[in-house]
Amino acid sequence: MSTPNASGWKPGTPVEGHNAMSGPDTATGNRALLLEEPLLFEIGSTETTGVDFEFAAKLDLAGVEQPSPPKSAPASRLGGFERTDAIGLPGLTEPETVRHYTRLSRQNYAIDLGLFPLGSCTMKHNPRLNEKVARMPGFADVHPLQPVDTVRGALEVANELAHWLIKLTGMHSVAMSPKAGAHGELCGILCIRAALEARGDARKVILVPESAHGTNPATAAFAGYEIEDIPANADGRVDLDALKGRLGPDVAGVMITNPSTLGLFERDLKAISDAVHDAGGFVYCDGANFNAIVGKVRPGDLGVDAMHINLHKTFSTPHGGGGPGSGPVVLSEALAPFMPLPYTARTEDGVVHLVEEEDAEAFAQEHFGRQLAHFGRMTAFHGQMGMFTRALAYILSHGADGLKQVAEDAVLNANYVLRSLEDVLDAPFGHSGPCMHEALFSDKGFAEGVSTLDLAKALIDEGYHPMTMYFPLVVHGAMLIEPTETESKAALDQFIMALRSVAERAKTGDESLKTAPYYAPRRRLDETLAARKPVLAWEEPNPPAGTPTLSEQGGR
Amino acid sequence: MRYLPLNDADRSAMLDKIGAPDVDALFVDVPEEARLSGPIDGLPMHASEMAVEKHMRRLSKKNLAAADAAFFLGAGAYRHHVPASVDHIIQRGEFLTAYTPYQPEIAQGTLQMLFEFQSQVARLYGCAVANASMYDGSTACWEAVAMASRVARGKKRKVVLSGALHPHYAEVVRTMAKFTEDEIAGAPPSLTAKPDDDGLIARIDESTSCVVVQYPDIFGRLPDLEKIAEAAHDKGALLIAVNTEPVALGAIKSPGELGADIVVGEGQSIGVGLQFGGPYLGLFAVRDPKHVRMMPGRLCGETVDAEGKRGFVLTLSTREQHIRREKATSNICTNSGLCALAFSVHMTLLGEKGLRSLATENHRLACIAAERLGKVSGAKVLNESFFNEFTLLIEGDARKIVRDLTSQDVLAGVALGRLFPGNDALGKGLLVAVTETTTEEDIETLASALEEVLA
Repeated sequence: MSTPNASGWKPGTPVEGHNAMSGPDTATGNRALLLEEPLLFEIGSTETTGVDFEFAAKLDLAGVEQPSPPKSAPASRLGGFERTDAIGLPGLTEPETVRHYTRLSRQNYAIDLGLFPLGSCTMKHNPRLNEKVARMPGFADVHPLQPVDTVRGALEVANELAHWLIKLTGMHSVAMSPKAGAHGELCGILCIRAALEARGDARKVILVPESAHGTNPATAAFAGYEIEDIPANADGRVDLDALKGRLGPDVAGVMITNPSTLGLFERDLKAISDAVHDAGGFVYCDGANFNAIVGKVRPGDLGVDAMHINLHKTFSTPHGGGGPGSGPVVLSEALAPFMPLPYTARTEDGVVHLVEEEDAEAFAQEHFGRQLAHFGRMTAFHGQMGMFTRALAYILSHGADGLKQVAEDAVLNANYVLRSLEDVLDAPFGHSGPCMHEALFSDKGFAEGVSTLDLAKALIDEGYHPMTMYFPLVVHGAMLIEPTETESKAALDQFIMALRSVAERAKTGDESLKTAPYYAPRRRLDETLAARKPVLAWEEPNPPAGTPTLSEQGGR
Repeated sequence: MRYLPLNDADRSAMLDKIGAPDVDALFVDVPEEARLSGPIDGLPMHASEMAVEKHMRRLSKKNLAAADAAFFLGAGAYRHHVPASVDHIIQRGEFLTAYTPYQPEIAQGTLQMLFEFQSQVARLYGCAVANASMYDGSTACWEAVAMASRVARGKKRKVVLSGALHPHYAEVVRTMAKFTEDEIAGAPPSLTAKPDDDGLIARIDESTSCVVVQYPDIFGRLPDLEKIAEAAHDKGALLIAVNTEPVALGAIKSPGELGADIVVGEGQSIGVGLQFGGPYLGLFAVRDPKHVRMMPGRLCGETVDAEGKRGFVLTLSTREQHIRREKATSNICTNSGLCALAFSVHMTLLGEKGLRSLATENHRLACIAAERLGKVSGAKVLNESFFNEFTLLIEGDARKIVRDLTSQDVLAGVALGRLFPGNDALGKGLLVAVTETTTEEDIETLASALEEVLA
């Protein structure tokens, strides 16, 4: 009997000499399942709504028309500030809304669709149990200022998560309120500044290696510090001797990423910490890459004073197209007294308390037997509760054995990528030993005129999100690949095959790379034009002659 | 372990390829003494979905959910009905599990959504340009103060805060100002029927970089932004308007329209939900486009692709930390992308017509509540003006009453004593918020409960 698929084709097999995307133009501009979607402002109307209100219902159940209730209260109490002008907000009915956003969603790449190898971003699978848990009414439908006796369970979640973060990092305390990684960095640096000021020791400088995330220097500058570079040695790690030479009474601390953005473990971190402490400074560790060592190494054992943890990286809360994140900061005993308010604390009777401005002093006296010196408050309310529930569910699901396996598989996957590609791509620190959770390559060996960007865009056509590019800055044309532990070997093998293919094209100077991608919802976008003539909000096209644009009228 | 696809055969094949005898060999750079020898102290081994769900449900049930009470809390976080389709859309994996749209060719979904979101926020606020979101209202407020300092090129350092600014917001500003040498000129809150606009104006001088005013304010009152804007502009200062209830802007004039230069706020009311305080949604907009390059945060802009098709990209990123490092306008990186999507979807479902209806209904019910609660013996309404939240002055300790009423499943509001601890003059104040989720029956329940405790 003959089989309809005589060639044995299956997904993952290229079809020679056949371009599925070529064909006649279509009247709609759509290409079957590749659907174009207009802007909301082009399809909606200010007179359309997708929400019905009780008071707007005209018919009762018997079908009898009821008198409309008054449109507004008998006497408005708006103080004469009633809105009179149109706002210009278009509406859609529910079916139109669902379709608009569903069509838009299909123009996005996502972890649910495939490997997302963004170095230092830890794009791992987001377990759906965590979504379910976060939506339980006792978490999703409680107000932050409810009397504490009505929210003990929520406080227990925050406190239980705090407990495991402390255990996993071997630190003394944790500030839970920061809203994301950079906010956590700021929290840690402000703790350092407050601790120094408390001992009357104003210091001016924070040392940051060139390989650091941009948030590090930006944070230190925001907190009022001058930034100086920490030199690296030949294998890409912090140059301990050079660092020691720079330490002194003006240095408030160092910001170090471990594992580093080169994918390397800072072997000398303990020695670095000791040297910084001896010079009277503090050690801030950027915990963005904690995924590589969770359950294997505790930063507290390496002398770290403060480290933020991106719950949206290591602990799998969804990135959501750019947030929300959550950035709790674990602190050493030296910095703990300065952490911001509010915080939760479990007393010996098992009750979890919410410690806010009013009772912070009394609480610390009673339970810690000492004065605390909180540097202030970083945000309204108590932190990213919706992320705490998800992260706690993640930790409990994995358990001690699972978390250790997370780090081991993440590192194994990255090394597998590194060693499977180093014959076609230059791995500048491949000689420095095994990498941690991410593999770093450079553009060395690419043909003249072909860039990392070209390779990345060609990878899009192969069905992948590109890796982190041109970061860290210390490597020319850097490509930083973090596969994470939630990829199977088969998924990695296909990714490696795809990347080998585009790398070989980059080395032979395949001209077609320069205009990739071909098969994405858009070809390369003109970013220069966007910045030169910024259009940042919708305006109605073709207004009557003489109408000032929004820019000209300044919004009034 | 259900989240880890590698099996032992995979692991050993991969180690062969790498040339490592075992996985520990990959951790060779971790000094021996830094390696954990055993499992994390006290952490159980991995657990099934069922077990984890059970544990979390037990914790969830220890909380009194708003839906199970007569609920009147506000003070910067409001309970509104969120249509079911909002949650459906934000759970689509293509939105939920996408990264920041740095690769625009495969992120047009997020980018177009952000462009629409920015446009919605700009219109709601009466501004020219809104950014792609901040963490929440309180941090957006601080970032606005920092931006005003940049606009003044650091030559003006005085920040005038209204006494009726949300105390958490004021505390965030004070905290940050300790480290930036901005001088904070605050004022104690006072319980008057109208906001003290003249007192605020009197505090503005030539050294003032900005004036920060909440609209409606923490007590629910409506300050005269237009008058304050004129006074600020006379002294060369910027007016920062803070809004914590975007639904109000369906009923009252926008801050931009009244002359505010920077408008910031909390967007949680639309689409996001209460969530015990986070994640929320910081909104940030400027009235004058000349200030765009001073703004913090991401911006999405329109452009074209190589074939001339319209598309969207993150733009003006030379303001941002990943390009400018220590010279960036802010250190913010991750923002509140998915909350911005929730806001945008909900706002699309409402449309202008729905938003106005929603605002009207909120105000109507708040008027009914104010009238009813004002008749309770021992209680009176402070406000001359309000939108959906007002201050009730009661003869008694409002905090204690709020706590006591929880036993009857009444969440009566936010006692001012909780918000302004240590300020005895405010001890009688109770902030009562009313939204479309409040029924007239709930109002009657609260009124009767108050009558009982005040009798």
